[in-house]
Amino acid sequence: MGNDFDLYRLSEEHDMLRETVRALAEAKITPFAAAVDEEARFPQEALEALVAADLQAVHVPESYGGAGADALATVIVIEEVARACGSSSLIPAVNKLGSLPVILSGSEELKKKYLAPLARGEAMFSYCLSEPDAGSDAAGMKTRAVRDGDFWVLNGVKRWITNAGVSEYYTVMAVTDPEKRSKGISAFVVEKSDEGVSFGAPEKKLGIKGSPTREVYLDNVRIPADRMIGAEGTGFATAMKTLDHTRITIAAQAIGIAQGALDYAKGYVQERKQFGKPIADFQGVQFMLADMAMKLEAARQLTYAAAAKSERVDSDLTFFGAAAKCFASDVAMEVTTDAVQLLGGYGYTRDYPVERMMRDAKITQIYEGTNQVQRIVMARNLP
Amino acid sequence: MTLRIAVCVKYVPDATGDRGFADDLTVDRDEVDGLLSELDEYAVEQALRISEESDDAEVTVITVGPDDAKDALRKALSMGADKAVHVNDDDIHGSDVIGTSAIVAKALEKTGFDLVICGMASTDGTMGVLPALLAERLNLPQVTLLSEVSVEGELVKGRRDGDAATELLEAPLPAVVSVTDQSGEARYPSFKGIMAAKKKPVEELDLDDLGIDADEVGLAGSWTQVGEVTARPPRTAGTIVTDEGDGGKQLAAFLSSQKFI
Repeated sequence: MGNDFDLYRLSEEHDMLRETVRALAEAKITPFAAAVDEEARFPQEALEALVAADLQAVHVPESYGGAGADALATVIVIEEVARACGSSSLIPAVNKLGSLPVILSGSEELKKKYLAPLARGEAMFSYCLSEPDAGSDAAGMKTRAVRDGDFWVLNGVKRWITNAGVSEYYTVMAVTDPEKRSKGISAFVVEKSDEGVSFGAPEKKLGIKGSPTREVYLDNVRIPADRMIGAEGTGFATAMKTLDHTRITIAAQAIGIAQGALDYAKGYVQERKQFGKPIADFQGVQFMLADMAMKLEAARQLTYAAAAKSERVDSDLTFFGAAAKCFASDVAMEVTTDAVQLLGGYGYTRDYPVERMMRDAKITQIYEGTNQVQRIVMARNLP
Repeated sequence: MTLRIAVCVKYVPDATGDRGFADDLTVDRDEVDGLLSELDEYAVEQALRISEESDDAEVTVITVGPDDAKDALRKALSMGADKAVHVNDDDIHGSDVIGTSAIVAKALEKTGFDLVICGMASTDGTMGVLPALLAERLNLPQVTLLSEVSVEGELVKGRRDGDAATELLEAPLPAVVSVTDQSGEARYPSFKGIMAAKKKPVEELDLDDLGIDADEVGLAGSWTQVGEVTARPPRTAGTIVTDEGDGGKQLAAFLSSQKFI
């Protein structure tokens, strides 16, 4: 035995990154988290703080001007931001989701053009897959892209688009050959400023209220043919491959939110006195805290293992990505709900942060594939 | 010519942790996490800003401390400093600020510098006299407690905001300056900075390397001795003055008894 055994622990650099992001989040993001939720406004302070520290899109490779962070480091950034504010954690998370199709399948020109502004913090990147009638069955999408000489013309409606309106760039999946179903779908980069792009009213949501979710309308949007990501007909495969990686970032968000709730509850039960002693002295409360910490740590370990697989692109990544997202989000829902329980009546009010965390946790069981879909994915890719 | 900026930093116990003391009345470092003194982060920040403004500059962070003090150096390197010097020797244990200043001065002479930047004080000892002691030992001008600092040619210029007046000061290089917590928020290390820090050079020096005798420093060599350490008593409930027509008089009597008025 000795302290020089390096398996199953983070590197010094990863630990230091966590310390840094935690300090930044506590100083610059936590103070605005309640107001961002209450007013359902974009967390501009968080964006500015993240950009100032080059943390808004750490996954962008160094060769395109980015920080070149590995998947585990990216997870740590998202986790620590989520611990402070779920809405704000969608800045680094969705920047990865939106841009990963370009990183995985895009041409050199597309990478150069779109990744550099993302890395500089001048632009954010959203991901447009879902439609009003195509959610879990994403291949049933109706948005069409029709070739017109050196251009493609896009028409359709994308729904549930995170950070729509604030992002400059959008990866849009559209049908280029309706006969071929999933193999007739292609991916494109669409810019906010392209003529014919507009946005719906912000959705009125249960949680992550600070992150705008809107429809994206594509009305005869005419874009150069070189905006296609990868070859024609590969868009759906790129979209799915992207999710294998980014579901792990949702797991990161889930464990971050849960950690925020557990940390708050842990402090509260030591302060709150009933029957003449802190409620933390009661075994019923201790058992709840033990279960919360145990589940959360299990979720974290699975998420980090999955992140390492994402970085190596292991063959069992699909299973691990789905498993991490599904397990961590279910744990986050349980832990945040228990945190509200531990705070009792106070936990149920908006004067305390845990009900916000409980509301924010719920979405992690739904987006980037519902947890029911995750179980289908896992069952089809059993290790 | 490269502008050589040396930043003196201290590894201090986390002020939010519980403080404990060893048998020799020095801080028990095993009991509490340590970190780069917050006030020294401002000094690192100013060094980096001057370096970024300059065509050719190099920032060296210098610390005197135990093994774990390398964490403070690592943090400063992650923020962007170019290299570090760590003076570490068991015989330094327990040195007071006089002894520490002798060690830092030798380390600075050995490293070479055009400008020394210090924080306004450490967050643990809060003596705040190290910059002056260094200037004296190195026989250099000192420009302390600056809220703004810049290098223009062969001069260091700065602004000191006092209670009654603001002074604009300058001194020829080489010089020693200290900066306050009003000088500008310290940056957070970036991911790239964190990754790069591990590869940056950290020079380890002991007392022999600096030509200092062990008995000049450490507990025995210190001019000041800690006689006793007592934890601050827990806060009492305070005195509540109930106003029954004579509240003002009672309050005045209380303040007067405490010599506040």
